[in-house]
Amino acid sequence: MTAPFYVSPEQLMKDRADFARKGIARGRSVVVVQYAGGICFVAENPSQALHKISEIYDRIAFAAVGRYNEYENLRIAGVRLMDLRGYSYDRRDVTGRGLANAYMQTLGTIFSSGGEKPYEVEIFVAELGVDAGHDQIFRVTYDGSIADEQRFAVMGGSGERPAAWLGEHYRDGMTRAEVVRLAVQALAHNDETARDIPAKNVEAAVLDRTRGQQRKFLRLTDAAVAAALAEG
Amino acid sequence: MSTRPTDGPDRFSARLPGSYLAPGSASFADFVAAQTPDVLPNSRTAAVAATTGVEAPHGTTIVAATFAGGVIMAGDRRATMGNIIAQRDIEKVFPADEYSCVGIAGTAGLAVEVVRLFQTELEHYEKIEGTPLSLDGKANRLASMIRANLGMAMQGLAVVPLFAGYDPHHNGGRIFSYDVTGGRYEETAFHAVGSGSLFARGSLKKLYKDGLAERECVTATVQALYDAADDDSATGGPDLARRIFPVVAVVTGEGYRKLPDDEVATLADEVIAARMDRPDGPAAPLT
Repeated sequence: MTAPFYVSPEQLMKDRADFARKGIARGRSVVVVQYAGGICFVAENPSQALHKISEIYDRIAFAAVGRYNEYENLRIAGVRLMDLRGYSYDRRDVTGRGLANAYMQTLGTIFSSGGEKPYEVEIFVAELGVDAGHDQIFRVTYDGSIADEQRFAVMGGSGERPAAWLGEHYRDGMTRAEVVRLAVQALAHNDETARDIPAKNVEAAVLDRTRGQQRKFLRLTDAAVAAALAEG
Repeated sequence: MSTRPTDGPDRFSARLPGSYLAPGSASFADFVAAQTPDVLPNSRTAAVAATTGVEAPHGTTIVAATFAGGVIMAGDRRATMGNIIAQRDIEKVFPADEYSCVGIAGTAGLAVEVVRLFQTELEHYEKIEGTPLSLDGKANRLASMIRANLGMAMQGLAVVPLFAGYDPHHNGGRIFSYDVTGGRYEETAFHAVGSGSLFARGSLKKLYKDGLAERECVTATVQALYDAADDDSATGGPDLARRIFPVVAVVTGEGYRKLPDDEVATLADEVIAARMDRPDGPAAPLT
């Protein structure tokens, strides 16, 4: 009789984490940057239909990297959760923290349950405040851990190089065109030598504080991205 | 089991319930009906049972008219409860989404709830699918929500909306009216609903012409509401002492826009000044 195969809990969790991390690192990075008028998301994404960046509610947006079917599920769950909350109470009672909390609990439970494979996703939840000081950006990772981000953040792919580039070149009070350009440059610096990313391969969206409507989310067209890139 | 919205944790786990993560309908109303039906407007049909003669505030007259490139919707500001004026500055015209608006006549409480659900439904669809519903799709969704209220309508609590929006495929405004059974009818040029609608429609018949400019079209709807208030006791006329004037919404290719109060006040003052000379309003030529 063979002895039962023993795997220590540490090893089990490490294997699951490695599995998830590998999946997330395979894709391209997503960048979130704060600017004077709001929060800007930029991703390298040639597809016009399969989005990495989406609107969740009036002042809340979502960006994700990793497996599309998994984060699309989470996005839809987020829209359902926030719409139901806004409908049951009031639009003002819908918060980014509430959404980040739901994602955190869901991913954490899935990660530590033995029955399912962990989700290979990483998520940004951003909520626009009355001014830049009150903006909130949360990073939720595959194991349900959560972090609060300031000024800029990068996830997925080889995120260290773009993050380092942003750290060098980011300053407070930039304009929207400047942060779009900065973010695209950061994404282009994911390797030793910088690449050239055409505007049509860039997915960009903003939570725009100056937007007159309740819904502050605005997807930037290819033309708007190209114009921002041409300015520099 | 709690009847409060269970949008929080599952019973035994903190993760989102499976129904949130399940692929399925892009309809908010369908999702809520499965998840927390008690928050929906039509969930109380059984509770009111066979009670009749419920006294609840009623919204009165809404008019809508198309012009080149868009549509205008205007509503008076009165809600009545029997012979009582329940509210003199109620708003009965709402944006449904960026390119459409909805006005309500009938039981005000239920109507406002239906509008809220309808607004959420359109926004929800747009966010889930990444593209807005077609104007006909929106009109059909509203029809099914009115149909769901049929039980209440039979108890005397009817909701009758008027829906209008900008349709990029027609490059212009379109108007849809409804009956209590959820019947949906597309109207040409103009329409009115509510207790003063007969007079408003008669007025618009004489005032409306093709090719009106936006401002002329707004004037026509304000005139129509004046005529409705003139002959229908439940429709509120312009309140000069309190400076309360109709709510006027304009929907064009640029989106929904509610006219600012002072702009409507100026227009209403012009209409009233002209009525000082001729109380019945502008006369249409005989032939």
